[in-house]
Amino acid sequence: MLIALPILVPLVTAVLLQLMPHRPKVLRLVAFSGALAILVASIAILVRVERQGIQVVQIASWPAPFGITLVADLFSSMLVLMVGIIGTAITAHSFSGVDPRREAFGYHALIQVLLMGVAGAFLTGDIFNLYVWFEVMLIASFVLMSLHRTRAQLHAAFTYVGLNLLASAFLLTAIGLLYGQGGTLNMADLARAWPERRTPALDAGIAMLFLTAFGIKAGLFPLFFWLPASYHTPPAAIGALLAGLLTKVGVYAMIRVFTLLFPDPQGGVYALVLALSVTTMVVGLLGAIGQGDFRRALSFNLVGHIGFTTVGLALWTPSALGGSILYVLHHMLVITSLFLVSGVFLRQRRTTSLAALGGLYRRQPFVATLAMIPLFSLAGVPPLSGFVAKLAVIRGVLAAEHYWVAAIGLMVSLLTVLSMARLWEGAFWKASPAAPPVARLSSAMLVPIAALVSLTLGLTIAAGPVFELSVRAAEQLLDRNGYVSAVLAGER
Amino acid sequence: MELMLAVVAGALYATGLYLMLRRRLAQIIVGLGLLANGSNILIFTAAGVTRGNPPVLPVDAAVTAPFADPVPQSLILTAIVIGFGVLAFSLVLAHRVHQSAGSDDIDAIGQRPSGSREATRALH
Repeated sequence: MLIALPILVPLVTAVLLQLMPHRPKVLRLVAFSGALAILVASIAILVRVERQGIQVVQIASWPAPFGITLVADLFSSMLVLMVGIIGTAITAHSFSGVDPRREAFGYHALIQVLLMGVAGAFLTGDIFNLYVWFEVMLIASFVLMSLHRTRAQLHAAFTYVGLNLLASAFLLTAIGLLYGQGGTLNMADLARAWPERRTPALDAGIAMLFLTAFGIKAGLFPLFFWLPASYHTPPAAIGALLAGLLTKVGVYAMIRVFTLLFPDPQGGVYALVLALSVTTMVVGLLGAIGQGDFRRALSFNLVGHIGFTTVGLALWTPSALGGSILYVLHHMLVITSLFLVSGVFLRQRRTTSLAALGGLYRRQPFVATLAMIPLFSLAGVPPLSGFVAKLAVIRGVLAAEHYWVAAIGLMVSLLTVLSMARLWEGAFWKASPAAPPVARLSSAMLVPIAALVSLTLGLTIAAGPVFELSVRAAEQLLDRNGYVSAVLAGER
Repeated sequence: MELMLAVVAGALYATGLYLMLRRRLAQIIVGLGLLANGSNILIFTAAGVTRGNPPVLPVDAAVTAPFADPVPQSLILTAIVIGFGVLAFSLVLAHRVHQSAGSDDIDAIGQRPSGSREATRALH
């Protein structure tokens, strides 16, 4: 029952929010308590999974291959914890960052629905159910993106909607073909029965369809162009939510489906994933260097660093995959806090264009410090969490004896330093082009950023235990028998 | 029967993808609709087509294989409902894009005459 809570709590909160009188204070209080409840539930889940192993709930007590199963292993419960953390931070940040009209149009309820979709995608053990959660999450994000009035925002929303629907069609096709071959939708059952029933030619096709669908959602190399074209237009809180959570759902789904259903590390598809990850790093970061807008540069950085999170999947060793999992956690915290920092720019200067920014280091030393830590953490400056996570990935890559991948990873880190230095110089260090009036920043805007930044610092301090946990999660992923027997043995 | 359905699904995928590569909003949306229908027919076909043996059995009847598999039908039903909602939403979105831009050419909409400042002006 416990592991259904991250889905049920936001559902109840969203319904309550729609039924309540639409007074901002009440809405905010309810939304915040809902997000906080997800956070508490997700901590409880992680503790229980860490102590007692994989947790399984059969919905409505239908036994495993017939009903819908919810499964929490270490990887998914760590990511559900991130849903709680980021959801709470975004809801708190929205207290100051959203305009009243948008709030009246069900903004908070949509955020809750989005969190429900993400948590559902992380917890489900049924592949068609995964598709349904993707759609729940997408619809909420579509509406959040298009609650706008300007032309650029609508254009970005249309690009986003079109490309994501295309990805959904690919995903549905892959699931249909998989069902035709395997005759079941339960992922554990598929993992057990399907490898014997598959036909090699169709198998490659299904793998490519999954790779395309999840690659679009995660933002892998040839498929990422919609992401920088759309993530820089919505308000900061929404941008942070999309950048921090949604792309990682693509990464999660890719790791989950491929480790369970395509357990052949020598397969051609993994060579392709490796090549795509490396290209994504290089292309994303090269793209980031040329950008003159804070959020566009961040979007390209987001894309580039997705490469670090998929490289572990391609190498199929616990240490590399564990490094990638640690990287996912670090990247979620850091990217979310940087997108929230862009909300401070929007409040103060009404723009995130680097040409119009500047002088913030002198005027707002506290904000500058808050922004500096995630900026340099993303760049991988020791001893921040980015350095630890990158070290973990590169150590895993070296242990798998892919020296050229490690070399490119290090070169890409240098590009990230360059890109982050440009952002730091343009937004904070250089003299301000004009002397704009300084708007007062509410604490609701800064406290969530400060909380996320201190979590990043916490990840640095607790890097050892967290990395051990990530490696254990990776071992759980790579050894499919534990997952399969936990699900098919029924409720424990 | 399978062959015919496979050809239909293939044709729907091909036209859908072709239309999604076009620049006009309406064509992109029609393309999305065709793509969704193509994948529905594909699920139906891939899971095996059975004639005349519905999966609803009387209480004491002997199970005579092959009877139709109800799962792909319920999958398609779910996918149709989701596809319908999504299509309705994208129609409204396209209508609003058309209203605000005065054009249904996706490239013309992308060019922002007043520069990128417009994107941030109405944010708060």
